[in-house]
Amino acid sequence: MTVAASETTASLLPASPLAPAVIKAAPLALLLVVAYGVIPFIGDSYLFEAILLPFLALSLAGVGLNLLTGYAGQVSLGSAAFMAVGAFAAYNFHLRVEGLPLAVAILLGGVSAAAIGLIFGLPSLRLRGFYLAVSTLAAQFFVQWVLTKFSWFSNQSASGVIDAPPLTLFGLTFEGGAGRYLFALVVVTVLTFLAARLVQSETGRNFIAVRDNETAARIIGIPVLRTKLLAFALSSFIIGVAGALWAFAYLRTVEPAGFNLDRSFQILFIVIIGGLASLRGAFFGAALIVVFPLILSRLGSLLLGDVFDSGVLDMTQRIVLGALIILFLILEPDGLVALWDRLRRRLQPGSRPA
Amino acid sequence: MADFDWSFFTEVLVGGLLSGVMYSLVAIGFVLIYKTSGVLNFAQGALLLFAALTFVSLVERGLPFALAFLVTFAAMVLIGVAIERTVLRPLTNKPPITLFMATLGLSYIIEGAAQLLWGTQVHGLDLGIEDLPFDVAGVFVSQFDLFAAATAALMVALLSAFFRYSRIGLGFRAVADDPFAALAIGLRLPFIWASVWAAAGLVALVAGLLWGARLGVQFSLSLVVLKALPVLVLGGFDSILGAIVGGLLIGASEKLAEVYLGDLVGGGIEGWFAYVVALAFLLIRPAGLFGQKLVERV
Repeated sequence: MTVAASETTASLLPASPLAPAVIKAAPLALLLVVAYGVIPFIGDSYLFEAILLPFLALSLAGVGLNLLTGYAGQVSLGSAAFMAVGAFAAYNFHLRVEGLPLAVAILLGGVSAAAIGLIFGLPSLRLRGFYLAVSTLAAQFFVQWVLTKFSWFSNQSASGVIDAPPLTLFGLTFEGGAGRYLFALVVVTVLTFLAARLVQSETGRNFIAVRDNETAARIIGIPVLRTKLLAFALSSFIIGVAGALWAFAYLRTVEPAGFNLDRSFQILFIVIIGGLASLRGAFFGAALIVVFPLILSRLGSLLLGDVFDSGVLDMTQRIVLGALIILFLILEPDGLVALWDRLRRRLQPGSRPA
Repeated sequence: MADFDWSFFTEVLVGGLLSGVMYSLVAIGFVLIYKTSGVLNFAQGALLLFAALTFVSLVERGLPFALAFLVTFAAMVLIGVAIERTVLRPLTNKPPITLFMATLGLSYIIEGAAQLLWGTQVHGLDLGIEDLPFDVAGVFVSQFDLFAAATAALMVALLSAFFRYSRIGLGFRAVADDPFAALAIGLRLPFIWASVWAAAGLVALVAGLLWGARLGVQFSLSLVVLKALPVLVLGGFDSILGAIVGGLLIGASEKLAEVYLGDLVGGGIEGWFAYVVALAFLLIRPAGLFGQKLVERV
């Protein structure tokens, strides 16, 4: 897949010769201050439960898939399966290992997802393009089947539904909407930071090389097979942790059916709409995916009244989402993040028009 | 294995082969589009749902069978043309995987529109063929399955003849061989694409009616695309013959595995078994059974 503007070129453009790294980092610092210092105190439970928690979990999943699809160019339709592995593995580690801190359990959940991701990444050594995309569907169906079939994974719960343990980190317990938001925020911040470091490292450049031209990458000595498998493992790790967040911080109870094919598509859509090969893009995409159904439902009931029931809403949502995907692919293949950068460049005085 | 029940085995095998024909029917729709425009059209399942739902709703409103069929076919042609205009044309020369994602979006739109238009309730569909088992040399075969197999055979024969002898069909093949050369000699690519989508719409309509008669016409009908994908992987995305042989292989192995291995792991393996078969096969032969060439870079 050829993605024209990679993260590095996009962030280099607005920097004028005078702008030191401090100015470039300022918006991010401001964002973090607001996210950590302001929102937990002013947000109400609706904001946390309905918007911010799913947003954080999906953003992280988007970051994970972006490593694989955006940077390394391997399309996966099985993201929800890796989320499920992360959630259920973390749950079982926490349940069955006495005294294991929750953070470690979640980490191990991610590691389990990475292991499963590695296995289902093996076909990528021989398959490309559509054949690979279809083969990742195998992960989706197989994992869902295993988790529903063997009740050991859900601690013999008859319905397959698991209840999340309390969220503790370094002896602190995170309760309530704001608490769980902070917990998720810490995890997402740390992993996104690590992912950002990764894509700028040699490994990240190897990913891009493999995506852009596999043969050329091999000629200049990049271990293509190892790079692909590494991309699958790292991406699955992050997606697995995102699954644990989705289960523990957002829903608090989780069943295998929640990690279905639609969820996998949702995460792929986040990456496409937000912007391929851009970590910021995952956050933009997730924000849109989480917020637009809420807006649509408000708008629909405002304009159409009772005609706009939940069935109609559901269908309208599908249509609008599908249309958005196609529109972005046609008009802005680099996603929301490219729109955002263009807007910022226009607002910034003195910078050259791109 | 001394008392292996051969007649039971044959019955399972034949049942599997016939249900494989149903998979092939869906897969052929994919192959048509893939051959001419290089797109793995994920929306084929949504088209199938749309066709079946439209047909059933028209029949329920009192239209005679043949007229409903014609009207639905006309609707599918319109949709095909609309897709060519609004989605494929702006995305010409984009990487195949981009087009694939566009058809994913397309499938959301068509599924949503079909159900917004005709409602979400389950419709029964009676094609007038009774699903009675009857006896062929000691093996019980479903009459409906035989009818489906005959329909599939007829359709493949028609499509092959069309591709071989008609002018438009030749155009299809020219485009499939080399779109640029086809353009250079003056073939109208938009027209060819639109007619290929219309043909895929017809296949979707026939497959939708058969699957709808079997499962009831409802949302889950669009999920048969997930059954067709391993068939395509096995048979190769660009071969009608591959779609048929792949469908038969997948159908048979799936049924046999369900009956003979399913109990060992607690059943319910039909959701993923086909994928495992296809994957195992691909590791040996990455282009599928009859695939022309390896799909190049993503």
